[in-house]
Amino acid sequence: MPASPVLPKLVGERVKRREDPRLIQGRGTYVDDVKLVGMRHLAFKRSDVAHGHIRSVDTSAAEAMNGVEAVFTGARIAELLGPMPIGTPFPSPPHRAVAADVVRYAGEPVAVVVASDRYTARDAADAIVVDIEPLPVVVDPERAMQGQPTVIHADFPNNLAVALVPSGTGVGADGSVDDTAIDKAFANAEVRISQRMMNQRLVPNAMEPRGVVAHFEPGKGTMTIWSSTQNPHILRTMIAAMTGLGQDQVRAIAPEVGGGFGAKINIYGEEYVAAVVSKELGVPVKWVEDRSEAFVATTHGRDIIGYVDVAATRDGKVLGLKLRLIADIGAYNMLLTAAVPTLTMLMANGTYDIPAIRTTLTEVFTNKTPTDAYRGAGRPEATYFVERAMDMLARELNMDPAELRRRNLIAADKFPYQTQMGAVYDSGDYLKALERALEAANWNGLIAERDAARQEGRLVGIGLAMYVEVCGLGPSSSLPTGGWEHSQVTIERDGRISATTGASPHGQGNETTFAQMLGDQFGVPIDHITIHHGDTGIVKQGIGTFGSRSQAVGGTALHLAGGKVKAKMAKFAAALLEAHEDDLVFENGQIGVKGAPASARSFAEVAGYAYVPVPLPPGLDPGLSEEAFFEPANNTYPFGCHITMLEIDRDTGEPRLLKVVAVDDAGHLINPMIVEGQIHGGLAQGIGQAMVEEAVYSENGQLLTGSFMDYALPRATDFPRFELHATVTPTPVNPLGAKGVGEAGTLGATPSIVNAAVDALAEFGVTHIDMMLRPEKLWRIIHGGHQ
Amino acid sequence: MIPAAFDYAPATSLDDAMLKMEGANGTGKFIAGGHSLVPLMKMRLAEPPLLIDISRLPELTGIREREGKIVIGACTVHHEVATSPLLHERCPVVAEAAATIGDPQVRNRGTIGGSVAHADPSADMPAVLLALDAEIHLKSSRGWRIVKAADFFTDLFTVNMAADEIIVSFQFTSMRTAAYAKLHQRASHYAIVGAAVGLEMGDGTITSARVGLTGAASHALRLRTLEEALVGHAPAAAAVESAVQTAGQDLDHVNADIHASAEYRRAMIPVFVRRALAAAVARA
Repeated sequence: MPASPVLPKLVGERVKRREDPRLIQGRGTYVDDVKLVGMRHLAFKRSDVAHGHIRSVDTSAAEAMNGVEAVFTGARIAELLGPMPIGTPFPSPPHRAVAADVVRYAGEPVAVVVASDRYTARDAADAIVVDIEPLPVVVDPERAMQGQPTVIHADFPNNLAVALVPSGTGVGADGSVDDTAIDKAFANAEVRISQRMMNQRLVPNAMEPRGVVAHFEPGKGTMTIWSSTQNPHILRTMIAAMTGLGQDQVRAIAPEVGGGFGAKINIYGEEYVAAVVSKELGVPVKWVEDRSEAFVATTHGRDIIGYVDVAATRDGKVLGLKLRLIADIGAYNMLLTAAVPTLTMLMANGTYDIPAIRTTLTEVFTNKTPTDAYRGAGRPEATYFVERAMDMLARELNMDPAELRRRNLIAADKFPYQTQMGAVYDSGDYLKALERALEAANWNGLIAERDAARQEGRLVGIGLAMYVEVCGLGPSSSLPTGGWEHSQVTIERDGRISATTGASPHGQGNETTFAQMLGDQFGVPIDHITIHHGDTGIVKQGIGTFGSRSQAVGGTALHLAGGKVKAKMAKFAAALLEAHEDDLVFENGQIGVKGAPASARSFAEVAGYAYVPVPLPPGLDPGLSEEAFFEPANNTYPFGCHITMLEIDRDTGEPRLLKVVAVDDAGHLINPMIVEGQIHGGLAQGIGQAMVEEAVYSENGQLLTGSFMDYALPRATDFPRFELHATVTPTPVNPLGAKGVGEAGTLGATPSIVNAAVDALAEFGVTHIDMMLRPEKLWRIIHGGHQ
Repeated sequence: MIPAAFDYAPATSLDDAMLKMEGANGTGKFIAGGHSLVPLMKMRLAEPPLLIDISRLPELTGIREREGKIVIGACTVHHEVATSPLLHERCPVVAEAAATIGDPQVRNRGTIGGSVAHADPSADMPAVLLALDAEIHLKSSRGWRIVKAADFFTDLFTVNMAADEIIVSFQFTSMRTAAYAKLHQRASHYAIVGAAVGLEMGDGTITSARVGLTGAASHALRLRTLEEALVGHAPAAAAVESAVQTAGQDLDHVNADIHASAEYRRAMIPVFVRRALAAAVARA
């Protein structure tokens, strides 16, 4: 693998995001900005109750309203649209985009209105009278898995969506289970840790809610669908399949997308409904989710219980780990719902050399909004469980938590490393990241500072967490969509460069990073390059942006396509310069012969020649446009170490961050500033989960945190200055050596913060605190026995 | 988040606002910054047929000193209150409390009068008005009425004010030795518990005290037992601390929600009274 395969001119530089001027000036085009002649507006009538039989849906008053074109009940939609498919191999109950007989969570659609404007549509939805006979409601997954007090889907006894899947040491590919090694580890242990941990439910809350415009043109028989999605090509595939159209007849467009965080991977019922209603009525239709809907109708994240057991020796060597997972997936399986907790199993090894691991996974239906991917998707959960358990072990052994990690980290010379969970970690130097973080944070100084604060009676704690993530998804064996990415690079006749990518950036900055790469590859200025994405009419093929894959997979496809067209351009240049193509250099907007700069022709002149090739060099076709697919051989495994210091107010229990140090290793970086932005965002969301965010349901299935009055997001003023550092361990999986970084911040933040909080309150005998760190919860620990 | 249809009528003067309200035959609702009303409308918890906009009336905005009293127009936005040099100089507690409301967007639109009229049990400004013994000047087509803050907040979202009355201004004697402290609810930044303490000091002792409390009960109220217990003591006296420790313990009912139990809220009352008291004393 080449150490650094791209020129250093733009790559590696802090180039400002080319996307930002239009976005911060309000000049972006989002779904809600799409306006078509004759466009109608949809509004969904949603169930207020969390579980019940639909007795009747009376649409007469709504239909009688001026401006209302049609009202579709669940039964009517069922005539146009089959049950929604999922993207995982697990069995799944039928899920209708609009419920026809039973509702299973508050917010589930029961009817849809088509009207001349958005206001009328909303009023008409209010005028629909739905009579629902309530059924018992279950919101607690551990009750649900006993079948109590209700069974949500008839064919899934005890509400088990996935019933106890084992994984890890001694589990064969055929599902056979041999407990010898894990039993021996626990039998030989001198120390055991056992803890139930909750990774609470979160609401993703992208700044832009979802939205869709569907335009079926009856004359042409084609469908164009705009959607606030992370993956327009998957949308195209699914819309085609569900509407009976061919993929050639569907064009999917993701315009500006105001954040996704995993919740816009799923293809939603509202998208299918918009498509079939447009097809049925022959008019374009628009639906834009409002914030209240977004809280209940867009998938939630996390919500998984981990029962963690660790076996170790007195000198701090971990012998075995058991992780029993219970995932509350809500009322239905969505596209990737069932797969997210499997990533928690996959990453149970963490950064450690653990001889025996047994995980089991149970996924449970409850009467809540379905879950799906949320930034990190399964990996922050694994990191949290493992890193909390490691911290508990360090406390039990009275050992420096950094030293305990040192004794268990996978050594740098063991890569590629086959884990107990079946992953092959591509490359890593975990000890280096740990030592770098300890040095950057001045770990011993922090300990002294903490101890001095304690002398003053202050409750100060420090926490440390390692993480390793699985990124750069594929390969194709791991994704039903395929795990490759595609790009086409075209040198236009005027010498400018158009490139497409199947990645669909919605905040990741690929219009900048990809242009940096091409700028170096061709020696042309960045403003001569346009990156096209998010439109299946322009971008021939693609998978999309999720799982921190854009740079590692999409960037590599771009690099390969660029290499192909460069090779062809070199042939044209060689003919023009009467030189050998191997002697050419592409630099400063010119192509010339090495060592003879006076000979150089402008990039534009060579491009022009390729399109009017007189004479046509032998063996060449005209034109400069090449494409490439890139299928990675493996995932990438970025890693790092985060250190947090916080203080808890003794009187109120309020926690306050004092210091956040993050060392992240994402391999080679194309644009360190964009990488830092990604880490900042990830940290913010991880801090949010640790400290202020929690989706709370009532016993009867109502989301009590259904607005920003009750669901908190962290604010800039909640954060200390983030101290970011990097180590660089390139991946051998792709020629760029880039690993991916979109989710990293969420992995290190939560365990390092909770570890710090437990440290701050250690004097009260506490060994674990579930997130979020609600002040009252901490106050109760401090004022134990306070009644 | 789409409200039901409504009519909108901007008032051109205070008298015009009265006239429009009278003409609306009970269907009218005054709107200023809209930061309490509009969310209710968007969630369709309120569907007023007619909004009479009083936010642009010059006679309802501004902060000035008149005859020894501070006068704050009801439609003055929180940001203006929070950054008023006059308030910072003469009565910093009001500016200090306004600065803790919501976020900059809320403070740039939301008004002090709207917040007080809405009377959310966790709103900040009611506690401050109680501690300052402020007068609330109301006007309707029937004439003027002046209500003391202590007589204004009567129950959950309920105030001593008729539907056709407008709060014109808040008036109070300025007081430097007053302060506000609150426990933020991290989503809304309303007060889980908020305490405003206003003191008069003489010869190093407290000669008079008023303590306004918000967040804990169905409406903002004064802690009169505590107020009496503070008088006659130096702030550092043991009697003061022991009175503070029992602050609010005589409340019959304390609020509970997903953010804080009644027990926790009750425990937070002394904490924030103590903080506000210390800050007020520090201004002496």
